[in-house]
Amino acid sequence: MKIMGGDGSGPTVAHDLGMHSMITLTVNGKTHTLDIEPDTPLLWVLRDHLELTGTKFGCGIAQCGACTVHLDGRPLRSCVTPVSVAEGQAITTIEGLAGDTLHAVQQAWIEHDVPQCGYCQSGQLMVAAHLVDNTPNPSDEDIDKAMINICRCGTYPRMRSAIHRAAALARDAMADA
Amino acid sequence: MTLQNPALSRRAFVKSSVAASGGLMLALSLPKANASLDPWTGKPMGTEISAWLTIDPDSQVTIRVAQSEMGEGVFTAMPMLVAEELDCDWSQVKAEYASANRSVRENGVYKRMGTGGSGAVRRSREYLQQAGASARERLKAAAAARWEVPVAELRTEGGEVFHDASGRRTAYGVLAAEAAAITLAEEPAIRKAGEFKLLGTPLNRLDVPSKVDGSATFGIDVKVQGMVYAAYDACPVWGGTLAALDDAPALAVKGVKKVIAVEDGFAVIAESYWQARKGLDALSPQWDLGPNASASSDAMRAEFKSDLDRRGVIAHEEGDTYGSLESAETVIEADYDAPYLAHLAMEPVNCTVAIAKDRVDVWTGTQNPESVLGAAAEILDRAPETIHVHNCFLGGGFGRRSMPDFARRALAIAKALGNTPVKVLWSREADTRTGHFRPLAALRFKAGFDATGKPVALLNRSATHSILAGFRPEVVQNGLDGSSTEGLENQPYDIANVSIEHHLKRTPVPVWFWRSVGSSQNGFALEAFIDEMAEAAGQDPLAFRQALLQKHPAMLNTLNLAAEKANWGRPMVPGSAQGIAIHESFGSICAQVAEVTVSQSGDVKVERVVTAIDCGNTVNPRTIAEQVESSVIYGLSAALWGRSDIENGQVVQQNFDRNRVVKMVEAPAVETHFSLSGGEHWGGIGEPALPPTAPAVVNAIYKITGRRIRALPIAQHDLRWS
Repeated sequence: MKIMGGDGSGPTVAHDLGMHSMITLTVNGKTHTLDIEPDTPLLWVLRDHLELTGTKFGCGIAQCGACTVHLDGRPLRSCVTPVSVAEGQAITTIEGLAGDTLHAVQQAWIEHDVPQCGYCQSGQLMVAAHLVDNTPNPSDEDIDKAMINICRCGTYPRMRSAIHRAAALARDAMADA
Repeated sequence: MTLQNPALSRRAFVKSSVAASGGLMLALSLPKANASLDPWTGKPMGTEISAWLTIDPDSQVTIRVAQSEMGEGVFTAMPMLVAEELDCDWSQVKAEYASANRSVRENGVYKRMGTGGSGAVRRSREYLQQAGASARERLKAAAAARWEVPVAELRTEGGEVFHDASGRRTAYGVLAAEAAAITLAEEPAIRKAGEFKLLGTPLNRLDVPSKVDGSATFGIDVKVQGMVYAAYDACPVWGGTLAALDDAPALAVKGVKKVIAVEDGFAVIAESYWQARKGLDALSPQWDLGPNASASSDAMRAEFKSDLDRRGVIAHEEGDTYGSLESAETVIEADYDAPYLAHLAMEPVNCTVAIAKDRVDVWTGTQNPESVLGAAAEILDRAPETIHVHNCFLGGGFGRRSMPDFARRALAIAKALGNTPVKVLWSREADTRTGHFRPLAALRFKAGFDATGKPVALLNRSATHSILAGFRPEVVQNGLDGSSTEGLENQPYDIANVSIEHHLKRTPVPVWFWRSVGSSQNGFALEAFIDEMAEAAGQDPLAFRQALLQKHPAMLNTLNLAAEKANWGRPMVPGSAQGIAIHESFGSICAQVAEVTVSQSGDVKVERVVTAIDCGNTVNPRTIAEQVESSVIYGLSAALWGRSDIENGQVVQQNFDRNRVVKMVEAPAVETHFSLSGGEHWGGIGEPALPPTAPAVVNAIYKITGRRIRALPIAQHDLRWS
């Protein structure tokens, strides 16, 4: 097969092999139809095809959680999830977590200066957002149980206090509403 | 985002920047028709005052950072050093990477561009303050000329020059172009401790907003138009080579374009990463495993330990240690060891390369952009001036990204592909097994006491690798590498007879700097043995240390602060205890009290780590607290579970399924307290809080279980008690 592309003027691939596998995905409220092998992990579809690079690759074996997105509102490790599984369900990535304003966990993360290298933080935030959205006043035990992603910079103490803060922010927002 | 192919334009350039208001922007752009407009914001371009900073018409200041942002906070601390003197409005400060290409072209204008040795602040503080002070004086000179008043009548604050006598004030943005044309007759003096306005203020990091919405750009996120993806793997045994490879199974995978042999492995090239990875996984490479196919870390450890029976090269000596041990009333002895360790940064290494006729662009997250630039010039046989290394945010470094091994392989792959841009990404397993490791180490201590229990002699022998021997052999003299014996040869305790000896080892395992380097194992072993000495002397571990640190007031103060803040000696419930340790590294002293619980079934939980640190002065106390938290938890992962075992020449633990690390549930509360000696002393902060953690923890475990842990990781020991 000849390598094409590099001139910036057209598609990279000279020809395809005629193996069309059209998949329709709804990501952050937008619908995409992609010609993609159905066993491709959702992670790589998000990153390489949809250019949503906030979701990260860390281990490829569902151990670290850097790839966490929401599938119909629940945290999911996208590195081991075939894209075909996600078809027809609502996918939310870190790029879609904020509404008109940042999500409470994003606000609290900034307030508490949580990220260091930042690489795992998209995944951490997706888990934390689900926790705060579903557990109005999470205990430390709730946090320990939910927050099982790896952070090699050791931002756990700040994540813990930021989650408590985010829960308070979310309760305040509810009270104001 | 998709970047334009740099081949399209010689003047294309890349810019990485971060501001409190937005993400790190990484874009490769064609020049706009109006060259005075910023191609990203559309706003008028800033005026360059010096290589270190530009000022926009609206007075926004962009400060260039020559160190790498890998979580340690340089994208905030380095701009603070400039802004301290510049007297600008901090809310108008933006940070962006300095260009290694420019430093090559302009006689090293960015001076030191590597990041390591906890050196960012202490090795560049003065020239960054100078850059800010110089810019401030030039802005004042511009205002003085405008208003026809003496410079001495002007003052600066919040990004404006004031002439109080006439009530006039002008923003920096207005004066920038005139200031840029001014040359000072002499450089102004920089501020000293006690005169600072900004340094020492806890500030939130400038890069944080971009790291909560997915917009921060890491090396792995770069996409260049027309690029292909490569998955790379190497022989699993060091020194092995590819004997044969049938590329047909990979070429049968949709999207795979090519399989190429490169250096000690091969790469599969495809339209997308997953296709490349599938292609790679479909292959059955035949390796010639070479001479190291039976290498075993157990055998290496046994050999290192056996070396401890022989006298080593003297790294430090005081008095007559052997004679004193002979005549001592009591002698105790203990052997320690620590394993090889992988770095396990969250972002697997990766590198994107675009080769054009007259320029080369490389995107990666590196702790040393100049070494990547040099590698590109060498491998591609191009002039260094034509190589553009675009550093990105690093998804963790810890030393892993200071070696350009991954960039070298990516450059070789790119060379084989000609002018097609390529992103090369390592799997987690390949990142680990092609990485370089914290050295295996074995240590022996012998201490002698007189009849009153006073220590009179300390003998230490260590056997470990020399990291520097691999790339700076000229600094390894007489079999001694200071980075191997650091923390031992400068042991702080006041003992009359001391002999610190060393055996320099070499095995097939490649070694490299790992957060806190030699102190990571030496601090553990020394401080655990000091507790053994305290017990032999019949003293409390704190009191024993205090007595031997009377000639080191800074250490004593730091030790006492940690003890005080932790309420050392407070009653603990059965199964819980405090352990203490202190260690000096990278110019900073760090003392810690760990509060540990061990269940009767032997499960260890570190509940709290109280830290006192003397880094002399502070730039950003908030970042320092974060680095203490980070070092404690990174060190705790290693202490509890960290090991990179070598069996049959291969690394056993390659992914997070077998490399257990601390998660939320295991993370202790970490407190940071400052014991600052001030003055002209500036210490490092990225590493010094790591070495005391393991010994403080094992010293507490001993109190609970009666078990001395002399070999890391802790998890290999049965700690059940009743």
